[in-house]
Amino acid sequence: MTSPILEVTHLTKAYRGRPALRGLSLSLQPGQIVGLMGDNGSGKTTLLKILAGVLADWEGTVSLASHAPGPASKQLVSFLPDASFLPDSHRPADSISLFSRFFADFDEAKAREMVDFFGLPWDRSLKEMSKGMREKLQISLAMSRRARIYLLDEPISGVDPASRDVILRGILQNFAEDALLVISTHLIQDVEQVVDSVVFLKDGQVFLEGAADDLRDAHGSSLDALFRKVYAS
Amino acid sequence: MQLDNSRPIWAQLVDEFRRNIAAGRWGPGQKLPPVRELALELGVNPNTVQKSLSEVDRLGLTTTERTSGRFVTRDEALISAARAALATTTADSFISAAHGLGMSLDEAARLVRDRWQLGKDSQ
Repeated sequence: MTSPILEVTHLTKAYRGRPALRGLSLSLQPGQIVGLMGDNGSGKTTLLKILAGVLADWEGTVSLASHAPGPASKQLVSFLPDASFLPDSHRPADSISLFSRFFADFDEAKAREMVDFFGLPWDRSLKEMSKGMREKLQISLAMSRRARIYLLDEPISGVDPASRDVILRGILQNFAEDALLVISTHLIQDVEQVVDSVVFLKDGQVFLEGAADDLRDAHGSSLDALFRKVYAS
Repeated sequence: MQLDNSRPIWAQLVDEFRRNIAAGRWGPGQKLPPVRELALELGVNPNTVQKSLSEVDRLGLTTTERTSGRFVTRDEALISAARAALATTTADSFISAAHGLGMSLDEAARLVRDRWQLGKDSQ
């Protein structure tokens, strides 16, 4: 058993007195794809933002490859936020050179390869791209860093099923074997077959977690059915 | 291949890989595709494929050579045994369904013979 690459203990965060995370604890091993599941408001995005080092004023301890969230951890963590973070005027090449300047671990050649894999138009700006295309460009950038931890917040929400499949293929193909990839979603069936393990959040805490196949075995149901049962109770 | 999300995926992959070998889609001595390629083709996690292939190794149907990859066994007896085991499972599930319908062995055998011919004609 290798040691965890991500460890969170008693993590608490409130927005103006309204609790978003309530003493959440979590420990994840590298070399796996983890599905972070939960309804809207369960704390997924808040957790990912804290892990990414973009949210302050929380209590508890967080360790990412032995670093607390901050400049050092950001060099090891590739974060894909759920909102667009690129200027509308950018063409793919502009975004690629931006990432190149920002991140020492960014692999430009790989990014160009992924843009081609996704069939994105090099001559179009983000403003002129569909939602699915923008999503694909942002995933190309996030996955082209040689990071230890990848945090993808809802990378496939709101794209059509064909795009979803090609995005998941892109992620599977480009995910380094010894990295940790956390992918959040409220649509479990979308990632059902690609996750090693799942973490279900409810009201700012971990409600249920385990290896995907162990949970299927123990409950005799798909993760999607299990998720519905958990959240109905 | 259609996966059933309510059952462990790794076990379904083991069955699929055994079928590939039993049916000769992966012939004796043939080199298997790399883990990542299989994972992409099946749309599943590479770790799951790796776990399933280790089980196929354990069953003796494949062997892993550290430098050159994973190969189907050349042991024809093992391959026939795998084929027989898979056929037995299928036969058992047919038998239990036939039982459930109150069929006799003769009726079931007749049905198999009739359908067998039909299957051959339509191929």
